[in-house]
Amino acid sequence: MDFTIPLLILAIPLGMFLLLGLAGMKMSHKTAGVLGTLGMGTVLVLSYFTAFQYYFSGNPEFISEAGQRLQSIIFNVDWLAFTPNLVIRLGFLLDPISAMMLIVIPTISFMVHLYSLGYMKGEKGFQRYYAFLSLFSFSMLGLVVATNIFQMYIFWELVGASSYLLIGFFYTLPSAVSASKKAFIVTRFADLGFLVGILILSFYTQTFDFITLTSDPGSVLASTAGATFMGCSVLTLAMVLIFMGGMGKSAMMPLHIWLPDAMEGPTPVSALIHAATMVVAGVYLVARMFPVYLQVPSSLEFVLVIGAITALYAAVVACCQIDIKRVLAFSTISQIAFMMVSLGVARPEIHECLGYMASMFHLFTHAMFKALLFLGAGALIHAVHSNNYTAMGGLRKYMPITHITFLIGCLAIAGIPPFAGFFSKDEILVAVYGYSTFWGIWMSCVAGLTAFYMFRIYYLIFWWNEPDYHHRPHDGEMVMSLPLIILAAVSTVAGFIHFGEFVTWQGHEYQIHMDYVVAGISVAIALVGIFFARFLYLKENDRPRRMADSCRWLWTAANRRFYWDEIYMFITHKIIFNGICRPIAWFDRAVIDGSMNGLAIVTNKASVAIKNLQSGRVQQYVLLYLIGALLLAVITAWCVL
Amino acid sequence: MDYSQFFAMKQEIGLLVVFLLVFLYDTFMPKRALGATGWVAVGLMAIQTLFGFCPSVSQSADAFAGMYETNAITACIKNILNIGTVIVMIQAIRWSKQDMVVIRRGEFYELILLTLFGMYLMISARHFLLFIIGLETASLPVAAMVAFDKHRYESHEAAVKYILTAVFSSVILMMGLSFVYGLTGSLYFSKIAGAIFAEGTISLMLIVAVAFVIGGVGFKLSLVPFHLWTADVYQGAPTPVTSYLSVISKGAGAFAFLVILWQVFGAVYSDAWEWMLYALIILTITIGNLFAMRQKNMKRFLAFSSISQAGYIMLGIIAFRGMGVAALMYYVLVYIFSNLAAFGVIGAIENATGRVSMDDYQGLRKTNPKLAFTMMLAMFSLAGIPPFAGFFSKFFIFTSAISQGSVAIYVLVLIALINTIISLYYYLLVVKAMFISEETPVIPEFKSACSERFAMWICVAGIIGLGIVSCVYNGLLDMVSTAC
Repeated sequence: MDFTIPLLILAIPLGMFLLLGLAGMKMSHKTAGVLGTLGMGTVLVLSYFTAFQYYFSGNPEFISEAGQRLQSIIFNVDWLAFTPNLVIRLGFLLDPISAMMLIVIPTISFMVHLYSLGYMKGEKGFQRYYAFLSLFSFSMLGLVVATNIFQMYIFWELVGASSYLLIGFFYTLPSAVSASKKAFIVTRFADLGFLVGILILSFYTQTFDFITLTSDPGSVLASTAGATFMGCSVLTLAMVLIFMGGMGKSAMMPLHIWLPDAMEGPTPVSALIHAATMVVAGVYLVARMFPVYLQVPSSLEFVLVIGAITALYAAVVACCQIDIKRVLAFSTISQIAFMMVSLGVARPEIHECLGYMASMFHLFTHAMFKALLFLGAGALIHAVHSNNYTAMGGLRKYMPITHITFLIGCLAIAGIPPFAGFFSKDEILVAVYGYSTFWGIWMSCVAGLTAFYMFRIYYLIFWWNEPDYHHRPHDGEMVMSLPLIILAAVSTVAGFIHFGEFVTWQGHEYQIHMDYVVAGISVAIALVGIFFARFLYLKENDRPRRMADSCRWLWTAANRRFYWDEIYMFITHKIIFNGICRPIAWFDRAVIDGSMNGLAIVTNKASVAIKNLQSGRVQQYVLLYLIGALLLAVITAWCVL
Repeated sequence: MDYSQFFAMKQEIGLLVVFLLVFLYDTFMPKRALGATGWVAVGLMAIQTLFGFCPSVSQSADAFAGMYETNAITACIKNILNIGTVIVMIQAIRWSKQDMVVIRRGEFYELILLTLFGMYLMISARHFLLFIIGLETASLPVAAMVAFDKHRYESHEAAVKYILTAVFSSVILMMGLSFVYGLTGSLYFSKIAGAIFAEGTISLMLIVAVAFVIGGVGFKLSLVPFHLWTADVYQGAPTPVTSYLSVISKGAGAFAFLVILWQVFGAVYSDAWEWMLYALIILTITIGNLFAMRQKNMKRFLAFSSISQAGYIMLGIIAFRGMGVAALMYYVLVYIFSNLAAFGVIGAIENATGRVSMDDYQGLRKTNPKLAFTMMLAMFSLAGIPPFAGFFSKFFIFTSAISQGSVAIYVLVLIALINTIISLYYYLLVVKAMFISEETPVIPEFKSACSERFAMWICVAGIIGLGIVSCVYNGLLDMVSTAC
């Protein structure tokens, strides 16, 4: 395939970022917004074209004669050569999952660009906002098409930086600033693990390339055999460390604490970055490295356990939040954990790695319906000027479009057929039951909780009791409603895509077949959750309060997110600051500063002492010249002879 | 005699043609056309630079019974010097239009071209006779250039100091060479090397000879303790001459040094001059830094900074084969852009306001943000702050030295690293004065000349571009490893 179009896919958002970032202040809001949106629209068309070429052209570059989808490098530029083997390259890799991401990212990004034209209208720094959106789109696209793990890391950091900039967009709000710092610090901490993991892996395998690593992992990894560090095999350590990077970006326990706070950013940003694209980077990373993970089953076991615990935890917390964006944030954490679990149970012997396919399928559908839910929440917040459901109620009458689309999103995430979430979640559950019944039941419970908490906020927002509105709430303008409608339509039909034909483990086609037992159980559980929510929240009553009172400690704990933030505060402030930082600070002041000051004083003294050498008298210069040359000769002669 | 061998000297002939054309233009053109002399010289020199990149220029050849040699490496070195010379010539245009200088401006460009011709010979010489001719051609006209501001007393003083020290250094060098001739009976590099190798043992005479040759060439590089002239001359000379001395003359000296030490005395590396070199590097970097800290005059400040930079350049000599040569060439190239950017700013400010003291630079950001920004880039690059080119050049030159892998070199590189920290202090002093100082700016807002801005743009592009485009270093490395 020609490299122009793939190159343009990366170049247009970058160019747009530079243009809007440098010249944006001279443009009107409207020009900047329309320019950014048009740029993204072009990227959307080009990416669709590229993905279409990949999946449907039948080009031998992309599909073998046996029907196996291949990994194909469109271009790869040497950037820095450490050693002849270890070269950092920048390139463009097309394979089933990156082509899928080429559909997801531009779609959501374009919707958000469009939606923001209405949502962010009149905000200070509107041009800056669009510049950052372009930067984010560029980084995210660069991440998914990375040909090697180092390129991925570079873009990984860029994505983190643009997320930081966008969370702190309202930089006059102290809460937004502290949230952006928190996100940055937590994910940076996780990325440290990622980087160390990359370095260990590349040190042993002498390569950064994904294709070399994944095409025949057995022989590439042979060099790590027997290498251990502190009683743990080096390879396991490396893979767990790399997964740690994914845990940070994808907000897995215990590194999840930044994501709820990240909701301080503008709502469309939450839809794009903190729901649909960036937060699934961790899942994408594990999927990208999956053949290597398969070599180390214990690390997949780790992925599974972390994912399962996170899924349950986040679902419980989501049931007790007041801020609707936080409910959605915890639901995102829980859904990403679903994908992680699915990868954790994927084994070639269980339905030909069904878990891998299911995870990617859920990533795809989740991106659509979660972006829909967030944009819907944005419309609600726009209408009532509050994030809390206590300020909402009975809105179905005032905001019909938002109501219907939000309902579709809720049905999709709850897993009700025929909406998209049903199909992808069902595949995940089949994969999990195939691996172990225990985790299967566990995840089914989480699925039930999902239905409950989503419909809890649905009823509280659109039914329940109507508060006194200062002015009549209404649907957003056309640019805001249009993305909602499109995404709702996609969320309705996306489940019918034969995903197994496009994205599977090793590119072989896989025929999806319904497991009616699992499907039946999960729909039944979802319906129980929905009806329970309807029972509690349809009309104003005191059942929810009585229920909360009956197990007050649990409700409070869940409402306070099981005190994770407090635990972090305790660890950082009390233990790390007092136990480690204070002594280090003392050492720094007394010893390091002391010796540095000493060095400075000595340097200064020396400088004063020799200043007379430079007297300005040329006779002395010449004399010193001669003495210097003679001394060189004499000292050397004395040493050598 | 076979005159066709002159055609081996393609770059030299090209430079002579440029020189003659400038000379003819300056002598015979009507007076009103003389305003363009500077640009004519720049244009011709730019053509000569481009000519240097022709593939046929980099073919290996020798002439005059092996006294002269050219190959891909020497051609590339000359190209680097050409690039620097073009920038210096552009910077000089504004200065050469001053009242006291304007009638002699043609001479200035002719002298620059002549000295460059001498440097070409220094680099390509494979016989000490030709080397001395090149060295003197490169040194003596510089005295005239230093004294170019006849109306300024400092300019005279600097020229006198320069010529006395230059002559003295030549004496030392000749003394050393006469010892070498006495020991080996030849002045051909290859024959001397063969005789030294055949001798096998090392004599006192040889050590004295090596020390004197190092002392003689060390003058060009202003290595400590052969550096004392540098500060006075840099301060007194007109700014374009100072920038020429600090980069081009120094770069040519470094390459000549590399060739002589390894090609002539390579056999007695560990016996005779390894430790001399270590001592000179440590002294040069440290003393350059210690003096730079105390300077208030920007030109004097950069004089000492350039002394310590020469010490870093010498690190590339230790790792001669492959990596070291490429690292050294890359370092000189980056150093040319960084130092010329700094001198460009100094020259622009001096031409507009006559101020050269660091105190005058307080708050420059407020009145002339672009100049302040250029200066900041130059300081960052000289200090070796990533991602600017200076960081990579330091990184490569340290790596090349470390790759030699002896404990002594680890200690040497450690000392050099400590010195980069010290140098950070004084480079940032300038940045602090320009950007952080709250005092009222001394230098009023002014518009620098088009030529000055053009030269600064080239330098800024070099500082940023060379840091990003890693293929420059890789290209040098490939070229050097094929040529060796």
